[in-house]
Amino acid sequence: MEVTVIHQKVVWAILGMGLVTYVPRWFPLVLLSRRTLPQWLVAWLDLIPAAILSALLLPELVTSGMPRHMSLWQPELWVALPTFIFALKTKSLGGTVVIGMALFWLAQSII
Amino acid sequence: MQDSGIKTSILQGLSAAWPICLGYIPIGLAFGVLAQKTGLHPLEIMLMSILVFAGSSQFIAVSMLSTGAGVVSIIITTFAVNLRHLLMSSSLAVFLGNTTRKKLSLFAYGVTDESFAVNHNRFSRNNWSLDQALVVNHTANIAWVISSVIGGYSGRFIHEGAFGIDYALTAMFICLLIFQLKGRFYVITAIIAGVTAVILSLIIPGSSYIVLASIFAATTVLGIKKWRLR
Repeated sequence: MEVTVIHQKVVWAILGMGLVTYVPRWFPLVLLSRRTLPQWLVAWLDLIPAAILSALLLPELVTSGMPRHMSLWQPELWVALPTFIFALKTKSLGGTVVIGMALFWLAQSII
Repeated sequence: MQDSGIKTSILQGLSAAWPICLGYIPIGLAFGVLAQKTGLHPLEIMLMSILVFAGSSQFIAVSMLSTGAGVVSIIITTFAVNLRHLLMSSSLAVFLGNTTRKKLSLFAYGVTDESFAVNHNRFSRNNWSLDQALVVNHTANIAWVISSVIGGYSGRFIHEGAFGIDYALTAMFICLLIFQLKGRFYVITAIIAGVTAVILSLIIPGSSYIVLASIFAATTVLGIKKWRLR
């Protein structure tokens, strides 16, 4: 039988990770929610979701590896096109996830 | 009356949360498997998924632990990887004026890339309250914690790449991005952020490209808007 132990080092790392992850999530909510923000800041924050989602998504589609390099011939990119069209037409988050997974599965089994 | 209100909130929250769970379950399982291989006890896996609840930083932390990295460098890396939540919480704060600090603190716990995008989309369409948003966050959290612990116990019982699970979050981001493209300026912002992120991700190691590209794109487009209005 395998013997596993709880390591003190791991627990300290987890506690620290939890703290430094929670504070950036918490601080702006309590700082900003109760005051009237200047118009430019509201306009800026309104653009942030589109910016972040695109910044998260696009490198996943066109780059791969560690360190990253351009990789335009990967299924990630080509499956994204029909998935994008499906999402645009249906506006269904759940449906898009299911279709994207199915297409990616198909693409991987073909390649 | 009160009860049926709560019930409705829970049902609406669950219907918004299930695509997130669908994305989290395979990734949680994969995380659990990896963590267990690195020598983490299922209790440690559970503790990390509960206290941190941020997928990519958990994967990075486990791989750093396996290479013998120190506690401080793991914590600093986690901070850098998760700093993007600062922008997300700021963006959500706009909608959360009338609420208690206690509820905000509870809500803050569950702000992830995915829950942020789902909740922001609903809030901006004016048909969402903090209660429903809390249901989304905590449902996603439960899916994450349970799947990572199961992964930690069971090793690999879903073979790699099955059912296209690796693509679940990517597909989710595609749809969430479309929800955000509410006009010309949002499209321009997304294009600038995406292209900048690709370029930065190729030249700087780590994940700071996400925050840098987002700030750059939003600032640039705000500048363009102001300049056009003059």
